[in-house]
Amino acid sequence: MNLEVDVCHRLGTFTLEARFTTNGGLTALFGHSGSGKTSVVNIIGGLLRPDRGRVVVNGRVLVDTALGVFIPMHSRRIGYIFQEPRLFPHLTVRQNLLYGRWFTPASERREHFAHIVDLLGIDSLLERGTAMLSGGEKQRVAIGRTLLASPHLLLMDEPLAALDEARKAEILPYIERLRDESRVPIVYVSHSVNEVTRLASSMVLLSDGRVVATGTVQEIMGRLDLVSTGASYDPGAVLEMRVSAHDDTYELTTLRSVAGELRVPRIDLGIGTPLRVRIRARDVILALKPPEALSALNLLSGKIAEISPLNGPIVDTRIDLNGEMLLARVTRFTLDRLGLVPGQVVYAIIKTVAIDHRSLAHVRPMPSDMNVDEIDL
Amino acid sequence: MNNWSSLFQFTPDELVAIRLSLKVSIWAVGTSLPLGVFIALVLARGRFWGREFLHVCVHLPLILPPVVTGYVLLLLFGRNGPIGRLLWETTGFVFAFRWTGAALASAVVAFPLMVRAIRLSIEAVDRRLEDAAGTLGASPSWVFATVTLPLILPGIIAGAIIAFARSLGEFGATITFVSNIPGETQTLPTAIYTFTQVPGGDAGALRLTLVSVAISAAALFLSEFMARRVARRVTGL
Repeated sequence: MNLEVDVCHRLGTFTLEARFTTNGGLTALFGHSGSGKTSVVNIIGGLLRPDRGRVVVNGRVLVDTALGVFIPMHSRRIGYIFQEPRLFPHLTVRQNLLYGRWFTPASERREHFAHIVDLLGIDSLLERGTAMLSGGEKQRVAIGRTLLASPHLLLMDEPLAALDEARKAEILPYIERLRDESRVPIVYVSHSVNEVTRLASSMVLLSDGRVVATGTVQEIMGRLDLVSTGASYDPGAVLEMRVSAHDDTYELTTLRSVAGELRVPRIDLGIGTPLRVRIRARDVILALKPPEALSALNLLSGKIAEISPLNGPIVDTRIDLNGEMLLARVTRFTLDRLGLVPGQVVYAIIKTVAIDHRSLAHVRPMPSDMNVDEIDL
Repeated sequence: MNNWSSLFQFTPDELVAIRLSLKVSIWAVGTSLPLGVFIALVLARGRFWGREFLHVCVHLPLILPPVVTGYVLLLLFGRNGPIGRLLWETTGFVFAFRWTGAALASAVVAFPLMVRAIRLSIEAVDRRLEDAAGTLGASPSWVFATVTLPLILPGIIAGAIIAFARSLGEFGATITFVSNIPGETQTLPTAIYTFTQVPGGDAGALRLTLVSVAISAAALFLSEFMARRVARRVTGL
């Protein structure tokens, strides 16, 4: 599966110029509001006709303004899950679920009704109307309805943004299952670092209508130059780790990777399970010597690889932990007092309690054909 | 006592007028409804040059004196009118002084009310639902048939009922365009009018008045009932 986007579009004073390609998995379109994320998915889905450009899915040209090609949205076979569920109020849950399936040629119906209903846990809702469903239930039905149309590509435009924390926690596992169990590639629009860390295999960073960077989540999150372009998001690097031990007495779990060991509050996952841990730059303390008699449990040693430009009171540093990247945010005063310079060996101290369930994401191993091409702008 | 029992002794002429009124109104509404939905769609969603002009044309019969509407119909659809003659020469169809003309007059006068009710319901449709249907594989005509039409059904029913009631009451345009011929163009209002113009016609006028009230009230009840049923369905309860 391959998605190729290269489009230009003007909306009033806003200009979108986006060019990227992805191969499978869940690709996050990440950026703050107004960066053009929704316009990009609207162009892919056929809701918006770009001024210029090309969109190709799996070798099928959906849009090519130079050749005058524009496949209408109903012929694209691209599923779209919107921020609001958009269920049809005049149909029952079952009829909503079957709506798209009805327009899908019988030979192309991949998804089984019973399987989707089971996957999304909506068995008990089938004969109900849509008005009395909760927000989370509605969104699950909307996801099921889209999947049952057997799309070749799934677009999700901030599907959790309209939900409260409890409902988000209810839906997230279903999206994870979707990513891991169905082979449909997903383009996921979000401005939430937590969601992206948890769900994405690769990401495209958008700012002011332009693609600023593309790459894996670790690559992008570990890049200092993007801390400012990525705008107001709370910077933090992402480490790929595995569960290596459980401590029943103190209810702690040890995670391990080439970067070292991290102890976190107990997670009920088997030994060897891959996990993604996001460590916010502001939760990291730097020391020149291994400290003694300290309450924090986690100590990782590495070398300073990069220091962000020295303006303002706060400085971000990138620390190379045997090849894995960690970001640490300190004051410029600290930097000068400790005399921190690139190449210096430092110890990063991370409080165990700074890592909560939202910093952790359960990920399947990356498929070997997964890669995102870097595009120069 | 004798008075009361004789009150509901309809004369054959009166029964003909009642039946004709129902026939004229049903035809007027039935034939103009598809066009009403189409015009309402065009006015609600169309973005084209001349949209305001169309809006004015459709709504003109609402504010013109009905007699003027009737006279314009006579000029256009009368046997010597440009459209009337063309129809007569090509298909042999005649509006002037026929019940078909009464239906046409009723339809024209009731049309703005019908279009308005349907247009309001179209404007209330959440277009994002239509986009959702499109991404699920429904072509524009399927989107209309499976999403838009069911959602505007209460508006269509309301528009049809109000047009029916207005047709039933149509007087000025009818009498001007097709006159007041018993058995052919004499509907309830024109029959009542005739009764009031002759000595001893009071009983007949009262009888037909009560019939008018009964039909109109029944139509309103039916529309309320239908609209509530459909509304319950389209709001997903």
